[in-house]
Amino acid sequence: MAISMAPISVIAAEDGPSPLMPHTSELIVGLVAFALLFFFLRAKVFPIFERTYAERAASIEGGAKRAEEAQAEAQALLEQYRAQLADARSEAARIREDAKQQGATIIAQARDEAEAEAKRVATRAEAQLQAEREQVLRELRGEVGTLATTLAGKVVGESLDDDERSRRVVERFLADLESADAATLAGKDS
Amino acid sequence: MIVAESSEFHSPGPGDFDFPPLFGEGTFFTKPILIIVLGTIAVGAFFYFAARRSTLVPGRLQFSGEAVYGFIRDGVARDTIGREGIKYVPYLVTLFGFIAVLNISGIIPVLQLPATSKIAIPLVLAIISWVIYNYVGIKRQGFGGYFKNMMFPPGVPKAIYPLLAPLEFFSTFLVRPVTLTLRLTFNMFAGHLVLLLTILGGEYLLFEYQGVAGIAAGSLSILFSIVLTFFEAFVQLLQAYVFVLLSAIYIGGALTHEH
Repeated sequence: MAISMAPISVIAAEDGPSPLMPHTSELIVGLVAFALLFFFLRAKVFPIFERTYAERAASIEGGAKRAEEAQAEAQALLEQYRAQLADARSEAARIREDAKQQGATIIAQARDEAEAEAKRVATRAEAQLQAEREQVLRELRGEVGTLATTLAGKVVGESLDDDERSRRVVERFLADLESADAATLAGKDS
Repeated sequence: MIVAESSEFHSPGPGDFDFPPLFGEGTFFTKPILIIVLGTIAVGAFFYFAARRSTLVPGRLQFSGEAVYGFIRDGVARDTIGREGIKYVPYLVTLFGFIAVLNISGIIPVLQLPATSKIAIPLVLAIISWVIYNYVGIKRQGFGGYFKNMMFPPGVPKAIYPLLAPLEFFSTFLVRPVTLTLRLTFNMFAGHLVLLLTILGGEYLLFEYQGVAGIAAGSLSILFSIVLTFFEAFVQLLQAYVFVLLSAIYIGGALTHEH
């Protein structure tokens, strides 16, 4: 099937005024409109934009500065805390060391005191014992003399009390006894 | 106007950029002028409401306004002019908003005409830029200094000067404003013509031209017009940016001695 081609008749556009020729009314209206727009925007709008820009920049800068300051402050605080912590640690160590030393000193002192006390007690006890022993010996000696004389008198059947001779005998006996005692003591000590 | 009763296709042309007065013969208020007025109000309102109740943490509208402003301020003024560029930011942002909206009007339903395709608008703006960059150049370098640095740039062999001096003069005083004007005007003009052609041509093929071929070709043409609309949106924003960028470069060049 053949496509029927209708004839296209193109009529060239009628010549209007040249597009290079400006219309006077458009020139005037364009100029006035542009001028009005320019002066209106320059007076009422653009200063506000500039002010907003400046404020925004200032606010951003201020914010950054504030953040910086806060960070510096935090850093300083951290340093301070760290220093305090270190101080506290060394303080604690020092106190512990002191306490250890003091404890040692106290223990040593107590030991010294206890030793001294023990020595003192021992010495005193020894001295007392010695004294008691000597007293007992002395008493015993007296008693022994009397007892022996009495016994001897009873054995002999007469009194020897006033006799010079009997007195001498007793004394000699006692002296012998004493030396025997001393020998026994010495043997015991060694 | 397309003549509907005959099945002839009138290709769109310069005549489609000629509009009768909206309110009767003899008044000046035409469609392009309506678009200029509406566009100007739109740009003013956009920035005004974006800046109203401005806060450090911007809302959506404030963010949009600041984004456009910051784009021109940092991306154009500061990068091409330098530290001094801040002084020209109000002009450059206004320029960008004005051109962008009057370009975009080409793809806004009902309006559907880039007002900048009317040469008067780019011409006015190019003249303003021309006045500004020549003014700041003369103010900065002195009348003689400005011309001397422009026509006899340092660091060029002296033998070139006879050739270079008239070229530079011609370029700065004539070529720059003319190219600014024509680039913007005819990007918009051509874009609008292509859109008209694909839409009106598609319409003609769909409804006037009989047969499968007409429907197929017409559908394709309409589809293509949609693709082209997106492309036009891109070109419209790009051309606004180019106009502003070149203006900034001219101002920056006039401020510095080095070429």
